[in-house]
Amino acid sequence: MMAGFYTVISRGNLVKKIIGLNIFQVSVFLLYISIGTVAGGAAPIITEGVELYSNPLPHVLILTAIVVGVATTALGLALVVRIKEAYGTIEEGEIHEQDHSL
Amino acid sequence: MTHNLILRVVSKSLIPLIIVFALYVQFHGDFGPGGGFQAGVILSAAIILYALVFGLDAAEQIIPSGILRILAGLGVLIYAGTGIVTLFSGGNYLDYSGLVGSQIAGQHLGILLVELGVGITVFSVMLIIFFAFAGRGRP
Amino acid sequence: MIDVFINVILLAFLAITAVAIVRMTNLFAIIMLFGIFSFLSAAMFIVMDAVDVAFTEAAVGAGISTALMLATIALTKDHDEKQSVSYRPWLPLVVVIATGAALVYGTLDIPTFGDPDAPTQTHVAPYYIERSAPETGVPNIVTAVLASYRGFDTLGEVVVIFTAGIAVLLLIGGRRRKSTAVRDEREENDA
Repeated sequence: MMAGFYTVISRGNLVKKIIGLNIFQVSVFLLYISIGTVAGGAAPIITEGVELYSNPLPHVLILTAIVVGVATTALGLALVVRIKEAYGTIEEGEIHEQDHSL
Repeated sequence: MTHNLILRVVSKSLIPLIIVFALYVQFHGDFGPGGGFQAGVILSAAIILYALVFGLDAAEQIIPSGILRILAGLGVLIYAGTGIVTLFSGGNYLDYSGLVGSQIAGQHLGILLVELGVGITVFSVMLIIFFAFAGRGRP
Repeated sequence: MIDVFINVILLAFLAITAVAIVRMTNLFAIIMLFGIFSFLSAAMFIVMDAVDVAFTEAAVGAGISTALMLATIALTKDHDEKQSVSYRPWLPLVVVIATGAALVYGTLDIPTFGDPDAPTQTHVAPYYIERSAPETGVPNIVTAVLASYRGFDTLGEVVVIFTAGIAVLLLIGGRRRKSTAVRDEREENDA
């Protein structure tokens, strides 16, 4: 998780930043799912003869979060494409330089 | 990639299987793992594979982007419309118990409709996004 | 017991992949590693009994995200990350370590992994587990909660996805017309 965070704030490449954001996101998902786990529990699909299920609520939240996550990732990547077309680079530092030189 | 024979043959036999699997995931989501979100993504993956192997234009001939935009809106409408219908059948918004006959049948139908709306929206939005990215690269 | 063992191994793999992603500069390799990362986390979700989530993560994270990122680097034609001159790794590293330490301190209060008596397990989860099958007739509790009990949430999520689709269309939907022309002009002026 911290690796993702580090990537977001330390690297200048915008595509890499988005990948870092994704890693960050997946780590948060892992945290949620691990909270919902019950030792010895089964997947939350009702079957006969099974008494102990893991907590379905985090699963629901994370399920929707993943799909929303890919939608926001796509939006970020679209922005990257537009930035590339406008500035000719996807390195943050070079974009700043161009802004200052204008 | 239009010249690659192996890819063409393999993907031709693979794409129908992927589509059938997506439909299975969509409608079997009540009983096993799966549901609208997954089914939509798998279905769009089938079309994306087709676009990668046979070219973007061929894929856009199967599903024109105009239809995709309508489908994306239609999915949300199915979802929200189910909620409106439940209002008329005497329940709260998105409370499916009064849809048909018994409570369980109503819930089942409601969940099925809602998942269908989710599936259609996810499928078409994923394809819209992919076509937007891929179409950008064309001269 | 075996669960915990598998979890530890998978988590180690995840950490290794993440560090490799941080250290690499070739964007193509990074994106492939990100696909591996997604699959590993999907495997972890399965071990932790979240089959629906694992399904979604494998399809979305490893499939669609990777394809979109590849499309992006194909569009931007920038396959290597350049190390900028003003690259200073120490400040971000300190910030990250401090945040990480705070989070680890926070986890000390979290109940033991897999504890059936933890507050999350005793609040609303038993209600869903006991009542969802008789009330909705759907064996998959996740689907029941997703579409029925929390239908409102899911409606919101669907609208978010719909909006993201519209936004992407607005940003890069049409053929490029003006932006490239303006840039070419600017490049000519520079030259």
